[in-house]
Amino acid sequence: MAGGAGRGGAGADGTGVQMAGGRPAGSAIEMEGAMRTLPSSGRPSGTGRLSRGPLFGRNYGLSPGSRLLPPRCQEDADPQKTAFLLRKQWTLYSVSPLYKFSSADLKDYARMLGVFIAAEKQKGLAVDVDGELGVRVAMSGLPELRGSEQDPAAVLVQLSLRSSLSPKNSEEKLIWSGWFCCVAGDDLLENLPENFTCLPLFLVNGAESYTAIVGSWFQKTFDCCFRRLAISPLNLTWMAAMWTGCKVDKNTAAMELLFSVPHLPQPLDISYAIHPEDVKALWDTVQKTPGEITQEEVDVFMECLYSHFHRHFKIHLSATKLVKVSTGIASAHCDGIIKFLQSQYLIGVLMLLTELAISQIQ
Amino acid sequence: MQRRQSSKHSKRPLQVHHSNQTDLSAWRKGETVDTGKSAQSHRSLSDQKNDNEQDSLEQALSYFEKIQDRVSLKKSEVLQKHLSTLESIALKRGLPPEGFDVLLDVALSGKLADGVNTRLLKSLIPASAIPESSVVSSVSWFCVSKCSSNIQLLFLRWLITMFDFIDQKEQVHALYGIFFFFLNDEKLCPYICHVLYLLTRKENGESPHLCEMKYHFGMQPHLQALLSLYKLFCPELVSITLPQKMKAYFKNADGPWKAAISAVRQRNQANSTVPQPLLLGTAQPHSRKRKWNTQLIVPASSANAQNLVVGGKMSRVDSFSANRSFPVEQLRTFPQLLQNIHRLEFPSQMGSVLTNPLLLHYMNCSKDESAYLRLYYWMGQTLQEECTWCVVDNNQHEEEFKGFLETAYKAECFLQEGFPSCEEFLYRSLPLWDGVSCRSQILQLISWIPLSTFSEMKSQLCDPLAQLFFTSSLYFKCSVLESLKELLQNWLNWHVVQLDSESDSQLSSLNTTLSGLVSGVAELINFVGRISTAALHLEKSHTFLLHFILDFYETVCDIYLKYKLPLLIMPPAGVFYPALLSMDSVNLNQLCYIMYRYRTNLIAAKENEMSKKKIQQFKFSSQTYQEYNQYIIAMVGCLWTSSAFQKDNHPQGICLDDELLKKTGVEEYKNSFNIVYHPALMCYAVDFLQQAWPDDTTFNFNLIKGKKWNWYLRYLYGQGLEGLKLFIESSINRVSKASQSKEDKKV
Repeated sequence: MAGGAGRGGAGADGTGVQMAGGRPAGSAIEMEGAMRTLPSSGRPSGTGRLSRGPLFGRNYGLSPGSRLLPPRCQEDADPQKTAFLLRKQWTLYSVSPLYKFSSADLKDYARMLGVFIAAEKQKGLAVDVDGELGVRVAMSGLPELRGSEQDPAAVLVQLSLRSSLSPKNSEEKLIWSGWFCCVAGDDLLENLPENFTCLPLFLVNGAESYTAIVGSWFQKTFDCCFRRLAISPLNLTWMAAMWTGCKVDKNTAAMELLFSVPHLPQPLDISYAIHPEDVKALWDTVQKTPGEITQEEVDVFMECLYSHFHRHFKIHLSATKLVKVSTGIASAHCDGIIKFLQSQYLIGVLMLLTELAISQIQ
Repeated sequence: MQRRQSSKHSKRPLQVHHSNQTDLSAWRKGETVDTGKSAQSHRSLSDQKNDNEQDSLEQALSYFEKIQDRVSLKKSEVLQKHLSTLESIALKRGLPPEGFDVLLDVALSGKLADGVNTRLLKSLIPASAIPESSVVSSVSWFCVSKCSSNIQLLFLRWLITMFDFIDQKEQVHALYGIFFFFLNDEKLCPYICHVLYLLTRKENGESPHLCEMKYHFGMQPHLQALLSLYKLFCPELVSITLPQKMKAYFKNADGPWKAAISAVRQRNQANSTVPQPLLLGTAQPHSRKRKWNTQLIVPASSANAQNLVVGGKMSRVDSFSANRSFPVEQLRTFPQLLQNIHRLEFPSQMGSVLTNPLLLHYMNCSKDESAYLRLYYWMGQTLQEECTWCVVDNNQHEEEFKGFLETAYKAECFLQEGFPSCEEFLYRSLPLWDGVSCRSQILQLISWIPLSTFSEMKSQLCDPLAQLFFTSSLYFKCSVLESLKELLQNWLNWHVVQLDSESDSQLSSLNTTLSGLVSGVAELINFVGRISTAALHLEKSHTFLLHFILDFYETVCDIYLKYKLPLLIMPPAGVFYPALLSMDSVNLNQLCYIMYRYRTNLIAAKENEMSKKKIQQFKFSSQTYQEYNQYIIAMVGCLWTSSAFQKDNHPQGICLDDELLKKTGVEEYKNSFNIVYHPALMCYAVDFLQQAWPDDTTFNFNLIKGKKWNWYLRYLYGQGLEGLKLFIESSINRVSKASQSKEDKKV
């Protein structure tokens, strides 16, 4: 028994449900007195704990049975340095290890990439027409973004545009940024020979055309391979549970889960918003070992949310696909798009994403 | 009578319609045909439409060609009609090369009003190319200034935009001086500069024109652009300093045409099923959108090209290494490879080695682990990303993916070694595979799975493969067996090579790997035995299937002698008996050969055991010998001693109770499977009887005995039943061997 029945009822009013798609947008259903009782769900049957560790040497896309709670960042780290990464949408890629990459040569790399971008942009152009070629490339290390000393320092790539209209004006407009990072990528680092640098997670904000040019250059120069990193619904439930358990100072936004109903002629999305305190209360009843989360706990947590929803709307959310999870910590979309909201949990979120990226490239 | 008439009527439009397709002009004239009633196919409808358009375009062109005096657009409906026809066709399909001559002449001759000329120029969209001659003649109209300056301007913009479409440019280049003359025209100057910029070659930079340029010199960007070009060609003649920064030199000239050109190009590309010859340098080689991060065919390029660009301190080092290392781009021949192998470096992207046999050679003799790791990562990611059944909406790339799998397989064959990335890809994707897409490529790749990992193979490969195997067609079953046979052979070959290279090193390390090897091979053979038994049931012991199964066992029966691996596994009864009782002599012959080889291998093993030269870690279990003996007894009983159903002590054998056999009503059931009566061999017996007793039509098979039996046997051997010969000569102890050879001599 989850034992959360009484406690969950306390914050009754925080649950809002929205259904969208196929209907006018105004069809939000506000729930009154919802969450009267939380489902006393038994342990879901048949979902045995997946064992961590390789299945015959390697596990093909399976997630581990338990994970550690994302650690809260130490206070000595300067949140200002990574503040620019917050509240932006980052598209996720996994990157296979970079061959002969040296963090000491970032300046040279930036220059080479700049030349490459100029050449790519000029392709097929007899004459530079719009004066758009003045893309400046900056590459720098982000040593703050790592889990341990073993991790290589993250690398930030920024493209900015020099305006052709006012060449004397030194102000440049940032048009694209991307960063490579590795937070607690021990699994991969251990077995990697020298000459290879493991920065398996690549996050991009900016036009796809620039991503393509920068990505191609990295592929050509360091013989690596980029792939979009999608987040499976299972991993989204992990995120929902993990981020619910995180302590946040200020009162944060509601947790919102977005589901899409498959196999319909018209898309139907169901948005399920829960007051952060309510969902935290539910999570506290589910979680047993502090600091660690198991697959079983995640399942129970989601099961509770689903059966609560079913009680009121007679919809089995377990039959739909979880598309997006947003909490006060971060928001993640299954297409592999993430937005960080809290700088003290940046490392923690990156740790999970690094793990997902590594499992994709292995 | 009536009936015949009506059928005539109904046939008629069909006939006419048929002729439409061959002779379209006939259809146009034949206005009597009721198009509404005759059933038109889609194809002929679009044909008609195209044809109509072609027709009206021709009419419009001939109208413009003949036009003499100024015609008012408002007053002339004919002009209106032809102009709008021209515009619509040009925007949709583009104009044929021959149209440009006519229309440029009209537009620039000033015969018509500016409004009409503008519309004409704007509709000058090439379907393919623009003939140079039409450009030259239009430039002469341009020079005589019969048209207004607005039209001149528009013409220049058209010329700039369409520059790449002009089929040849030699004569246009000859007009360089004429264009230069128009630099004086303030209004035209920016566009003239652009035209000159496009036309300028090195020799133009040296020409006296340059001196004139100084008069026009200003800081206008278009002139700067031209000057910078001159300076590039002849720096000594242009003394002024030009700003270094790139700027927008020219105004956009392509405004009215850009969208139309790309629309026409897209439409023409989409319509043609065969790839169109690319007329333009600017045309994109790939018509469809491709993901930037996956390039299946990677060109080889030197790794040190990048290093050369990097920083000052490195470039000095690299100037040495540039002498030392040989660029892979220049690697063309095998002798080149041999000469430069010591100064060769792997390309910047390891993916490029797959299509480059010379680099594969180099890889084969390289000990560089990181090269393999780079290839592993690249291939692993590419295979997963491009897999047509694992990734949603990837179906349209199936051909390309097939090609890639083929390339990977060929590289594996070349290296005689499986790629770990391919192996992992198979493990990942086989559970999702439908058994159809890229079938032959996938099955080929299976044959290169490395041996070391049978435990993984069992759950990741055998189980999904078995599911597909049982539920798919006969041919799929055969192809799976074929690729499993190749897999077995690859493993065994690998072992033989290992054995040769490790023969010097200590034996103990060999033995530990050997036990793993033996059990892995044994598991594979047992797996094939199981699925073969089931498949023979499912397919009712189909000859074709049996052939592939026995093919597999042809490798199995020789493992000990041919591949020096202490392992012999007999085929299961579910394979042996269907082969023994097969209706086809090919299967029976194959079985005989296999049993002969088993015998040879087992005897060799036994002898080795007896001699006890060294301690045998691996001994064939007595069960193997026992099983072999059971099979041999059954076989000899059936084929030779005419004691079928009697002497068979195999638990799954064909030993039957006499009483039961009598109930079948078959006389002489005992000899019904000997070499005369065996259904697979009876046709030979008939043939033999016909040759031996041409007059006898009773087909008395009982005649074949004694001396005739030996003759018959020799006849069978002569028919290519080599396996049967080897089997009988080795496994059957002829009592009268001596007498037989005597007989042979007599005969």
